Amino acid sequence: MSLAPEDASVHRALGLSDEEYENIHGLLGRHPNHLELAMYSVMWSEHCSYKSSKIHLKRLPTEAPWVLVGPGENAGVIDVGDGIAVAIRIESHNHPSAIEPYQGAATGVGGILRDIFTMGARPIAVMDPLRFGPLDDPRSRWIAEGVISGVSGYGNSVGVPTVGGEVVFDETYKGNPLVNVLAMGTLPVERLVLGRASGVGNLAVLLGASTGRDGIGGVSVLASAGFDETSEDADKRPSVQVGDPFEEKRLLEACLELLDEGLVIGIQDLGGAGITCATSETASRGGAGMDVDISAIHSREEGMEPFELMTSESQERMLAIVEPESLDRVLEISTRWEIAASVIGRVTGDGQLRILDGFDGNVLAELPASTLHDDAPEYDRPLAPPDDLIERRSLDASVGPVDCAANLLALLRDPAWVYSQYDHQLFLNTVVGPGSDGTLLRLRDPKTGRETGRALGMSTDGNHRWCHVDPRQGTAMVVAEAAMNIACVGAEPMAVVNCLNFGNPEHPDVMWQLSEAVDGMSEACTAFNAPVVGGNVSLYNETNAVDIAPTPVVGIIGLHPELSNQPPGITVDSDSMIVLLGQQPKEDVSMAGSLWAWEIGGCKDGTLPEFDLVQTVRTAAFVAEIVQKNRVEAVHDVGEGGLAVALAEMAIQSGIGMLINGFDDHRALFNESGGRVIVALSDTNLESFLKESTNRGVPVQMIGRTGGSSLVLGSTIDLSIAELTSASRDELPQALGQGTVSG
Amino acid sequence: MSQRVGVVRFPGTNCEFDTVDAVNELGGQAKVLWHGDSDLGDVDAIVIPGGFAHGDYLRCGAIARFSPIMDSIAAFARNGGPVLGICNGFQVLTEAGLLPGALQKNIGLKFLCCMQQIQFVSTTNIVGVGARVGDLLSIPINHFEGNYVCSEDTLRQLEEENRIVFRYTDNPNGSIGDIAGISNEPGNVVGMMPHPERATSMLLGSNDGSSLIQSLLAAGPIPTA
Repeated sequence: MSLAPEDASVHRALGLSDEEYENIHGLLGRHPNHLELAMYSVMWSEHCSYKSSKIHLKRLPTEAPWVLVGPGENAGVIDVGDGIAVAIRIESHNHPSAIEPYQGAATGVGGILRDIFTMGARPIAVMDPLRFGPLDDPRSRWIAEGVISGVSGYGNSVGVPTVGGEVVFDETYKGNPLVNVLAMGTLPVERLVLGRASGVGNLAVLLGASTGRDGIGGVSVLASAGFDETSEDADKRPSVQVGDPFEEKRLLEACLELLDEGLVIGIQDLGGAGITCATSETASRGGAGMDVDISAIHSREEGMEPFELMTSESQERMLAIVEPESLDRVLEISTRWEIAASVIGRVTGDGQLRILDGFDGNVLAELPASTLHDDAPEYDRPLAPPDDLIERRSLDASVGPVDCAANLLALLRDPAWVYSQYDHQLFLNTVVGPGSDGTLLRLRDPKTGRETGRALGMSTDGNHRWCHVDPRQGTAMVVAEAAMNIACVGAEPMAVVNCLNFGNPEHPDVMWQLSEAVDGMSEACTAFNAPVVGGNVSLYNETNAVDIAPTPVVGIIGLHPELSNQPPGITVDSDSMIVLLGQQPKEDVSMAGSLWAWEIGGCKDGTLPEFDLVQTVRTAAFVAEIVQKNRVEAVHDVGEGGLAVALAEMAIQSGIGMLINGFDDHRALFNESGGRVIVALSDTNLESFLKESTNRGVPVQMIGRTGGSSLVLGSTIDLSIAELTSASRDELPQALGQGTVSG
Repeated sequence: MSQRVGVVRFPGTNCEFDTVDAVNELGGQAKVLWHGDSDLGDVDAIVIPGGFAHGDYLRCGAIARFSPIMDSIAAFARNGGPVLGICNGFQVLTEAGLLPGALQKNIGLKFLCCMQQIQFVSTTNIVGVGARVGDLLSIPINHFEGNYVCSEDTLRQLEEENRIVFRYTDNPNGSIGDIAGISNEPGNVVGMMPHPERATSMLLGSNDGSSLIQSLLAAGPIPTA
């Protein structure tokens, strides 16, 4: 093979620094050729190697007795009892979605599903936390509409229900939306498979779509650089892949059949960095090497260069490691499901990844497989808080045009327009679907379909406002919010996955945000005993050198131990008592980081309200218990928008008014002090409930009762349910299109 | 009695196991039939479940009608065998000519997944056993192409022959005459957009679909002309 000393412009164009190039030179003991360089450039990209974040991620808690697979594999896996394991993973597809919203979002869903069935699990749920620029910006509306259609178009067709998520609109995401996708699947514990290639002589079979020129360099070109006006982002469009949900559906069913019949030793999805990643990861995890015959790759067009074949990110492909004697059966199943299958690799014992033109043909590249992963750079990038941090934190976020009733109407937004476009009921597990605090899914035995009488609670949460003000406490509050959301459907937390969406890691204040966020997440996950079992880091979320507000998003999963009826939900009856659980803030509580401050007041800084993590853990445990025991009529977490928004949502959903005493100013109504939950219960149960809460160390306060057709909140708000309902429900259809004739 | 129910699986079908579960839960014995096989085996009824047969490429149901199993289903239907098409199954039945009309995109041009109220208009068919005209049911819909269309003549015929099985009480998709489901003339072939298998447990929000599946299990073959 020809080894020409490299011209520096080549490795730089591929996104490798001079220092990284020198490392590769040292590892190989020679100059790499073009193909080898291309392979290192994708594997050492920020997206694949986590080179800027790894040093911080190590501080996250990742272990618990129920954790079967922690971070670093395709998905985290936990043991939920009865011989059932749950695989869960979250990913971002931010930059592809900014350029090509429909396909960016669609392939985000496809990619995350493959991560789940790679572990041997059938994906049974998707959640999609989405963040867009403001609704009055036409481009942001175009992106939002396209992304939501993409999730709907792909997710519904591939046959996995989208059971929850978030939708947020804010100036900070103008130009750089955040499209995160979480997927979850269940599997019998004994079927757990890992992406490993072992057994010299075993075969690597490429399954699924043909390899084309789409998505070449996606991880290095798109995911690992920001956007600006000078670079023509439209030119990056060929780096976005095109999804085919029908291909994915057949691939999924075929792979699950291969796993059911025990035909695969290891299996790996092809995502970022394509065949390079899949072959080197399986080989290095298995302590093996692999010979890869690129002439055997079924390709979409003639004349593709080796580096194109090796780095293409064409969708809907999997790599299965099989024993030679199983090959015929593997091919038979592939044929039945009408998916292509080619033997492209052989497992070897020498640890080398060799790319060949024909198994006996020319060697096009040869490198130690593990160097693509284990030797990837790890940076301890400079970090520093913003220079004006002290000044920012001294600001008062409670100033602004206060008109409590008008403010409340402005802050209400019903996301039903979004989730009614998603199939959220397939598989008959959805006890509580999207639009609620948490999602609750029946847990059934993946082998027999039999009900276990238990259920999985899930929620995805992020809050860029809190995290902008204080990334550490803000992130801890985000984790607590997620835990409280699943407590509201009766689930106790077991594990967390995270998607860390940040700006440019070369900016020291961004690295500081990331580091602080990791510490805040660590503290909260430790307090809730919910280790981080997997995650994804998305950096370079910036437009014109302006970084997005730090947006760590968490997905939480927990168990409801005994499900006999639907949880209470947020619907109240007439003549019920409204009770507030959790620590009440003082009268002069800070409004910093609140939805009110950002949307109405206009001050985005300040100091977050005090947050008592230990108290919040106690409150969440109590809430989960009262939901499990059906002790209350209704329950609702107090989240963004504060108490006023939470009460209005309950009133709207019920079509019943409320009379709430006290809470006479905008601080009391809209502050976002954490760890609070509203419950409704009958008069007769009130006294014993108040006593029990107090005994359990959970602050409790009766604040009003239900009835009538208006929401009367203290002395400043008196709004009819009709007014509240139209303010809440009309906004998205009016901005983004009607979608239905009946509303 | 139609206890043994064949549930058809095309590549891209996704509600087959939900349908199997619902049938079994309600006392039937369901088995999955592969689209490429033309032998229906010893089944008493057929359900074509929801999903995206062949990816819904070209047009919903347009490719599925050519799958080998469809000829056998047509023969089964001609002999009076009960055939229920749910959602994508309804689309397949119209493409296969077993039911008239077609399903086009929802009028709002959005996919819709939500609970919907429907009303029994005709009970002289395989899902109407034990039901009364006017009964209201809450059953989820989940479709992009659920907007039923047909010619005026066909609509008149459907009405005259009492073949409109359900109407929506609050039309979500623009269907002509608020139609949510229809049958063939003898009543042994029914297509409906709402998903009865998704409404078989109060844990999931409704069990109004159970009676429809129970009806299918109770209905025997219906004599055809």
